[in-house]
Amino acid sequence: MTALPRMDTTPSACPACAVVPSAQRLAALSAAAGGRIMLSLPGVHCAACISTVEGGLASLPGVRSARVNLTLRRVSVDAEPAVLTETLILALNRLGYEAHELDAGLLSATETDRQGRDLLMRLGVAGFSMMNVMLLSVAVWSGAEDATRDMFHWISAAIAIPTVIFAGQPFFRSAWAALKAGRLGMDVPISLAIILASSISLYETAKGGHHAYFDAAVMLTFFLLAGRYLDHRTRAVARSAAEELAALEVPRAIVLRDGTEQVLPVSAVSVGDLVRVRPGGRMPVDGIVTEGSSEVDRSLLTGESLPVYAGPGTVISAGEVNLTGPLTVRVSAAGKDSSLHRMADLVAIAESARTRYTSLADRAARLYSPGVHLLSFGAFAAWMWITGGDVRFAINISAAVLIITCPCALGLAVPAVVTAASGKLFRKGLLIKHGTALERLAEVDTVVFDKTGTLTLGMPEPTNLQDHPIEVRAVAVALARASSHPLAMALAAAGGGAAEVSGIVEVPGYGIEGQWRGRRVRLGRAGWTGAKPLDVTATYLSLGAASHAFTFADRLRPGAEAAVQALASQGKKVLLISGDAEGAVRDLAQRLGITNWTAGALPAEKAAAVARLSAQGHRVLMVGDGLNDTAALAAAHVSISPASALDAARVASDIVLLGQDMAPIGDAARIAAQATRRIKENFAISILYNVVAVPVALVGLATPLAAALAMSLSSITVSLNALRLK
Amino acid sequence: MTILGILIPVSLLLGGIGLAAFFWALKNRQYEDPQGDASRILTKDWDDRPKP
Repeated sequence: MTALPRMDTTPSACPACAVVPSAQRLAALSAAAGGRIMLSLPGVHCAACISTVEGGLASLPGVRSARVNLTLRRVSVDAEPAVLTETLILALNRLGYEAHELDAGLLSATETDRQGRDLLMRLGVAGFSMMNVMLLSVAVWSGAEDATRDMFHWISAAIAIPTVIFAGQPFFRSAWAALKAGRLGMDVPISLAIILASSISLYETAKGGHHAYFDAAVMLTFFLLAGRYLDHRTRAVARSAAEELAALEVPRAIVLRDGTEQVLPVSAVSVGDLVRVRPGGRMPVDGIVTEGSSEVDRSLLTGESLPVYAGPGTVISAGEVNLTGPLTVRVSAAGKDSSLHRMADLVAIAESARTRYTSLADRAARLYSPGVHLLSFGAFAAWMWITGGDVRFAINISAAVLIITCPCALGLAVPAVVTAASGKLFRKGLLIKHGTALERLAEVDTVVFDKTGTLTLGMPEPTNLQDHPIEVRAVAVALARASSHPLAMALAAAGGGAAEVSGIVEVPGYGIEGQWRGRRVRLGRAGWTGAKPLDVTATYLSLGAASHAFTFADRLRPGAEAAVQALASQGKKVLLISGDAEGAVRDLAQRLGITNWTAGALPAEKAAAVARLSAQGHRVLMVGDGLNDTAALAAAHVSISPASALDAARVASDIVLLGQDMAPIGDAARIAAQATRRIKENFAISILYNVVAVPVALVGLATPLAAALAMSLSSITVSLNALRLK
Repeated sequence: MTILGILIPVSLLLGGIGLAAFFWALKNRQYEDPQGDASRILTKDWDDRPKP
């Protein structure tokens, strides 16, 4: 069975194409995507990276071409079907780049890109007509009169009206949706301003009036579309990357039925089935071992870094990893009832408990929308009364008020800051999944770390090799080379030369046994080798009567120290809460200088600890990767998980760390605080503009020139302010 | 002022050409990887001859 996650080459791979108008084009697209492998490359960042990656991949046999997309940090490889993704990933690792496979079938290229291109097209049209209308308007402002002015107004109308109808659609649509739902969103005043400005100007033009606001209507559309496009881009990048990451694991199980092995989706497995789990495989279901013995790695579920023995009768849970020997498991719970799903329920509860955070922009919009409408209507009513019923003049004033107060700061400044900040963080390898994650991150004062898989890589490293005589080490290495157990592999990699040991056999679940100089030697669990167990991760070697303990420590994730230090220096409280044994947690806490640590915490206790901190008024950032962290991730104010984390953890977290390096977390907190400050500054700037400009509009002195100046000045200032982010 | 009768259509035409070029670029997916394109200009690959 070759279950290569590759796209079908047949155009009929896309059943929905039949109903899409441009079905042919789409079919052609998906056909072109066939035979393509998509890899996520969190490490590429420069021109040299592009040539290294593309050149390195193209030199592999069977690879036709490779193209790096630096914006999305991924490479698309066009290769013959025989080329395996693993080969490419290995080649990239040799070049010094981390690579993860992405599911090309799930690439949302068509959908999100169509939206993005659609917005960009409207933006282009708005920009074109803004320039032309402005050209004509400047002529009017500088003194064109009578027939010339009317002609200029008519030409402006001919350009502006179709533009507004075409380019303003995103606003009209969402305003209409908001009105239908009985809400007053941001887009209602925007649409009203655009429509009112255009129709008033058309009326004035027809009457040969002096003032037309065509330029204002088009400029408004342009600036707000720019904001909308930036917003879309940030979200599209995050969404597509998150979706592709989520597609990494395909849940399947090998089920024994009628004496044959069948590969079935986990949803098709029922209670009582026998499921086979190969070494290295993840348990797809809950169950009881009926055959075979092995060791299982529970770190993702419980945070324990030490593998646990599993033999007939052992109860195992979905999500654990089988390490040494094949196991046959009788299913006791599958699908919705499995412990994986119960964990997911825990997440759902924690998420519903999370106070719904309203972003700064939303809070501002809530005040803004009714305020603007009241102001504009008030101006209309007041001038009707003052002028004794001059509708034309009163409507002109209220349109001017709407145009001048139009929310360029809300619509452009916030997306500009968020785009600048998330772009910066994306380049550092952080993916912002949630729109308000940055704002929430800025408020954090307490950081809770998980240990296994988060601060450490879940890769053991021998710590006391030098304490053993060379001979003992050589025997241990010889035995360790025969096993694929993580401790054995670490020992074999670090130990140096091997002794001559004959008759090596691996006893799954216990260790490795062999003959050395006529004596039986064993490497494995304490009980099996006759050694006294220590409270740290260790494996034991029995050499005749004597036994030696090889201790291990989990390798630190690169940048973990830097991240902890950076967070501490920003005045944040750093906590370590782990499900692992006390010894291992204490060691790590000392290494990183974390004084506040907890060991042996159950998943519910982690979530409770986070909830307790929140109840004390702390804003908690949770960083974790395992299923046991998921509830805590969801309960925290904001959460980060590494790309190596389980689906559930990544889904529950707001920010995903794409690379291995953890140092960017410190920067993220700093940049988030800065970005929030910029957003607030931008609000202040636009309020200032309104304080100056609105009275002018209210007394009826706002000419189209004043409106144009106020609008473009405020838009440009807030955008420049957004770019000051460092 | 009759010159306006020529200049305005000319300016609209030129702007229109720019808009058409923008549409063409958009349709040809020239905006898929702005960062990559900005970096690619710095590489020495294919400096002496175009990519086949």
